[in-house]
Amino acid sequence: MDMTVLNPNLEQALISVIEQGLPLVPRPYADIALQIGCSEQEVIEGLQALKNRGDIKRFGVVVRHRKLGYRANGMVVWDVPDEEVKRLGHCIGQYSFVTLCYRRPRQLPEWGYNLFTMVHGRNQQEVEEKTLLLVEQCGLDDIKHEILFSSRCFKQRGARYISNNPLAEIKISPASDQK
Amino acid sequence: MNTRVPEKSESNFSELEKHLLNDFQHDLPLTENPFADIASKLGSDEQTVISTLQNLKDRGIISRVGPVFRPNRIGVSTLAAMAVPEEELVLVAEKVSAYAEVNHNYERLHHFNLWFVVTARDDSHLDKVLQEMENNCGYSVMSLPMLEDYFIDLGFDLKWT
Repeated sequence: MDMTVLNPNLEQALISVIEQGLPLVPRPYADIALQIGCSEQEVIEGLQALKNRGDIKRFGVVVRHRKLGYRANGMVVWDVPDEEVKRLGHCIGQYSFVTLCYRRPRQLPEWGYNLFTMVHGRNQQEVEEKTLLLVEQCGLDDIKHEILFSSRCFKQRGARYISNNPLAEIKISPASDQK
Repeated sequence: MNTRVPEKSESNFSELEKHLLNDFQHDLPLTENPFADIASKLGSDEQTVISTLQNLKDRGIISRVGPVFRPNRIGVSTLAAMAVPEEELVLVAEKVSAYAEVNHNYERLHHFNLWFVVTARDDSHLDKVLQEMENNCGYSVMSLPMLEDYFIDLGFDLKWT
């Protein structure tokens, strides 16, 4: 049996329920099966298929960095020559303190950066040190960059592509990066 | 003992909490009783694992136990930014956060000071939301969709010292 193929209706239903997280009960997959009208085994196999296919990058505990003392979150943006962006992106993306590494379009004239990385640290200094490490390790001395520190978090939750539940968590956290 | 943890952060975790936070970001068991399986690996019991996870969730330490989808594989998304005068920032941020299509929404210290991620099921819905947001907030939205992903998500390695 091909473990990457899923009934499209089941797939849609499964994604809309699962993107909000598992119910914390002894048999969460059975609980989801009941909600969408299939068997527990189909839920388990469906999730396995989504993982195998790479649509689910990881499946487990999703932590909030800020609450764990990683209060400084720096979006480091780089203006990399187009022909270098792939190589440098792969270099930056391999470090464990980097949690995102994407190429995005420039929007000239107001925005000239095309490589975006997220660096987490306990404070701004730690983020700056880690960014410096990236500059040294990946040879980025001649690449213009800026660190955009977050100062307030207005909202943070998992992406909802399908369910778009109106009961969004709307939160304002105080500035906490300075330290 | 922790020596470098800043004040006011959540730092007093039990051994069980530390393991739950660090060891199960990637591969939660896809078995009938995943929490019982986790418990047996950690020398605990199913009910303790469930109540500990629930407690971490209630405290806001974890946002959920579930999937992280690969961007743009299911639906579409973009990183968007606005440059908003300081005195209007909170009001505009609240308007932006009110959209169910917005998940992350941060103030950042830059001329572009409001950064948020918008997700939708397809491009036309995404465009509609961005357009509506511009009208609703009165500031233009700069949209920077992901073109290529260089990052392999292995979860976040929490250093406890």
